[in-house]
Amino acid sequence: MLTPSPYRIYPCGDHAITLELGEVIDIAINQKVMAVYHRLLSQKITGVIDIIPAYSSLTLVYDVLTLAKKQAGGSVYERMKQLLEKEAASVNDTTNTLSPLVRIPVCYDASLAPDLASLAETHQLSIEDVIALHTGKTYRVYMIGFLPGFAYMGSVDEKINTPRKPQPRTKVPAGSVGIAGEQTGIYPLDSPGGWQLIGQTPVKLFDTANSNPCFLNPGDEVEFYAISLTEFIKAKQS
Amino acid sequence: MSIHINKPGLQDTLQDAGRYGYQHLGINPGGAMDTIAMRIANALVGNESNKTVLEMHFPAATLLFERTMLIALAGADFTASVNGEEIPLLHPVLIREGSVLQFGKKQKGSRIYLATESGFVADDWLHSSSTHLSLKAGGYKGRALRVNDRIQSVKEQPYDFTEKEHVFEIFPWQAKVTDLYTQDGFRFIPGNEFALLSESSKNLIADTFFTINRNSDRMGYRLQGEALQLRLPKEMISSAVTRGTMQLLPDGQMIILMADHQTTGGYPRVGHIISADIPSLAQMGPGDSFHLQSVTIEEAEAILYRQEMNLQQLQNACNFRLQQYLNS
Repeated sequence: MLTPSPYRIYPCGDHAITLELGEVIDIAINQKVMAVYHRLLSQKITGVIDIIPAYSSLTLVYDVLTLAKKQAGGSVYERMKQLLEKEAASVNDTTNTLSPLVRIPVCYDASLAPDLASLAETHQLSIEDVIALHTGKTYRVYMIGFLPGFAYMGSVDEKINTPRKPQPRTKVPAGSVGIAGEQTGIYPLDSPGGWQLIGQTPVKLFDTANSNPCFLNPGDEVEFYAISLTEFIKAKQS
Repeated sequence: MSIHINKPGLQDTLQDAGRYGYQHLGINPGGAMDTIAMRIANALVGNESNKTVLEMHFPAATLLFERTMLIALAGADFTASVNGEEIPLLHPVLIREGSVLQFGKKQKGSRIYLATESGFVADDWLHSSSTHLSLKAGGYKGRALRVNDRIQSVKEQPYDFTEKEHVFEIFPWQAKVTDLYTQDGFRFIPGNEFALLSESSKNLIADTFFTINRNSDRMGYRLQGEALQLRLPKEMISSAVTRGTMQLLPDGQMIILMADHQTTGGYPRVGHIISADIPSLAQMGPGDSFHLQSVTIEEAEAILYRQEMNLQQLQNACNFRLQQYLNS
């Protein structure tokens, strides 16, 4: 018999509510977040306009006026809180949904990896070691945020855990693969950014022309594999 | 044939009520900053609340009407004029083909909304016509308007002038919006990390003024005030944020997230501006100061209901007057 998980529920504005299942980056907790996410999604609750899963929390954005019309009496917040309490109480009953495995090619050529050499040096590793460590693990997409389609993935091998750069770059090219602490991620668009850049993928992580614009989804499993610069250029052109 | 951009403004974009349902993919809702002005401008020309409108900052665009159109302006007052003659805000105005609408001096507010009968034609992306500037999607080709662009209304409705030689005709009623806006201060509900502020910082929020910094845009307003401090440093893990969230930056200053905010953030959340006050905040700009007042979430909801009731009454009245006038 599992003891109920500790949780907290608090407002995230007067039109949003957060269920927090912990304050750590942890696969088991994120799996619970995703289980609640999918359950809430399948309920198609009128008035709930966004459900945002994060590392260890989930936030419902709702239309106060629509929900107030649905049922009179009591605050809308109180009702949303009860809804989340029910979800939190049964969070241990859910079986984990199977996560799809996505394989992403990464070119670790020095021309596309401005921080790879210094990162290797910091950890007294060879560049090949860093590549082997980065491609040697399956990562979980814990959440998507910061930019459209920016997947926060973890966790990298401790040997390559590296803090963000002290000075963020003003422009990181789309497709850049980076490390920040135990996290790894890919910039979907050109953007300023402070992650340590160790390579680049030719895959388009975000495409507004696609009806499903985002290549990765929260809860996905991701593996990286190394490609040569020639393969990278060819893939970019196709 | 519709509206030709003779001269673009600082940032003129097509907007609607926003793009919801995609924040789990990091896609921010966007939409009109001042949703009250958007709704009133729409109501004045007989539209539903969320028809696509033109949002303009100062300086605003100079617009040539290539056909006679019914329009309404709401939000900021940038001294609108047609062929050099001033026209008022918050009235339906019929503008004759060949006339030029331009804006002079910034009197009040930061964003003006232009609505036209049936709304503007716009690219729809993920069920919204709002312009997403960084993704170059939605609105007018995913970007702000440029010189020689043309925007048109969904339907071309013919109108008759009562006076044959007038270049514009102001319909004789005005939407009274003063009750829908707050003037001197904004209300917030305390955020999850409010309790972590030092006692003196909590007092600073209640007792001092905050000024909007130059680095403020549709993404967020950076505030300048006395630096706030947490009792203890707090290691945060990223989670969702919303429009109105007041984040505490490492330098002790706050940023209030606006329409184009990121979907997640990792800074302490001091509070959240209540929904009812966000349109008023959207009319503030760099250099403007205000004070903050804490309310409960129950109060925030009650304030929103009252505002919505007034807003709907006003919308109904606008629609009614217009129908009556056009049918008379």
